[in-house]
Amino acid sequence: MSSKLAAYGERHAQVLFGALGRIAQQPFSTAMIVGVIGIALALPLYLGLLIQNARQASGSWTEALDLTVYLDTNIPEAGARALADQIKTRDDIAAVKLVTADEALQEFRDKSGFGPALDVLKENPLPNVIVVTPTLAASAADGAQGLQRALTGISGVANVQLDTAWVKRFHAMLDVLHRLTVMAAAILVTGVVLVVGNTIRLDILNRRNEIEVMKLVGGTDGFARRPFLYSGALYGLGGGVLALCLVALAERLLNGPLQHLTSLYGSSFRLSGLGLSLGFATVAGSAVLGWLGSWIAATRHIRGIEPT
Amino acid sequence: MIRFDQVHKRYASGRQALAGLSFDVAAGEMAFLTGPSGAGKSTILKLIALIERPSRGQVFVADRNTAAVGRPHIPQFRRQMGVVFQDHKLLQDRPVLDNVALPLIVAGVPRREIEKRVRAALDQVGLLGKERNRPLELSAGEQQRVGIARAVVAKPPLLIADEPTGNLDPGLALEIMRLFKRFNDVGVTVVIATHDLHLIDAVGARRIRLADGQLAA
Repeated sequence: MSSKLAAYGERHAQVLFGALGRIAQQPFSTAMIVGVIGIALALPLYLGLLIQNARQASGSWTEALDLTVYLDTNIPEAGARALADQIKTRDDIAAVKLVTADEALQEFRDKSGFGPALDVLKENPLPNVIVVTPTLAASAADGAQGLQRALTGISGVANVQLDTAWVKRFHAMLDVLHRLTVMAAAILVTGVVLVVGNTIRLDILNRRNEIEVMKLVGGTDGFARRPFLYSGALYGLGGGVLALCLVALAERLLNGPLQHLTSLYGSSFRLSGLGLSLGFATVAGSAVLGWLGSWIAATRHIRGIEPT
Repeated sequence: MIRFDQVHKRYASGRQALAGLSFDVAAGEMAFLTGPSGAGKSTILKLIALIERPSRGQVFVADRNTAAVGRPHIPQFRRQMGVVFQDHKLLQDRPVLDNVALPLIVAGVPRREIEKRVRAALDQVGLLGKERNRPLELSAGEQQRVGIARAVVAKPPLLIADEPTGNLDPGLALEIMRLFKRFNDVGVTVVIATHDLHLIDAVGARRIRLADGQLAA
């Protein structure tokens, strides 16, 4: 039994080296197919990394979220100050900043260019405003909304505005992009299977005689198919490694300019890469795709080759 | 070993190759199939090797009705016979060793044993020492002997050959026929399609005459 198993392993090793040898004999066509697979897989990886990094970057924006608490206009400045102090005592608040109605009007006068028009107003229409910065723990979307409800309930508070709309829109955009990436990946992955299948099909036609002879001496379809499965898996493996190289290259090229860009915004953003497990999954998945493509082609075409 | 029972074979092209042919070849016998081209010699060998199926009638090989051998069992079925072709059907890009080893490799014989048995087969056909040569580096007669070595390496009980001497000069042809005779001497059933009548006389074996897909009168 063990000798049979050893013979089986030996045969597979032989077939593997045979496939490697044939691949080495055709460097140009091998480079072509490996290139096609590598580029096809690199594209969705690029998009995926783009989304991953955009999520991370926007995540830190969400953390810096502020709530704007508009007070009733009949609350005087002293009352506003008291309310601000009261809000500050909550444990989910990191900081509060009171913007009085007078300060707000002054700022509006300075910045809007409506100075003379505002003089017409008999009294200040603006309310006192408290800008509330929640703690990090409380600034996740749900926490921020809970805080918004709690603050709205305080008497003297007219309205609490949570400026998450644009973050939500941004995330919705990322979701669309993510969906697009998944679709592109599905299409390109199918393309990889088809390209490998077609290459293997041509390979089989070129070696028709050999397959006929194998069948004549009692070789099964599975036996004739095996070297093609190895070729397909090797093509896939090579394509997966190439895709990783392309992604690593893009990271290298982008990291410097990106760091410069984000430093101009006073942020210390770091491009995050594929990581070990996703990198491994890419190579392994690519090999499986190559194997699958060749399995489909080889099963179909080898069956059709019979000695005459 | 082989029994044809009222076998008809009509190809898709419409050509009637066999028309109600019946004959037997006993185990351990050596028989020549003779007759003009188109008499059905090759068709008989193809039916034995399950390369073709009869249109009507039954073919038995080793007491087994070939009609009962389904597609998945054809490889196993073919391993009980060695087949030799006029054009050798060797893999030109592989050394002699790999060519002869092929029937053993597909049957899953361990590597150590493969080399031993390949050498033994090459010794039997007088080609020991040519393991590393490519078929094209050998003469026509030597290539045919590689084909024979491949057919006998797995020690099948049945050996069939289609015009194995067709491309050889008379001296070489006789040598090849004697080789077949030697395998027959050790118990292998041998069926050879040939038109070389004087070779049959030289070897001395049963002759099955065919004409128009039937036994000739």
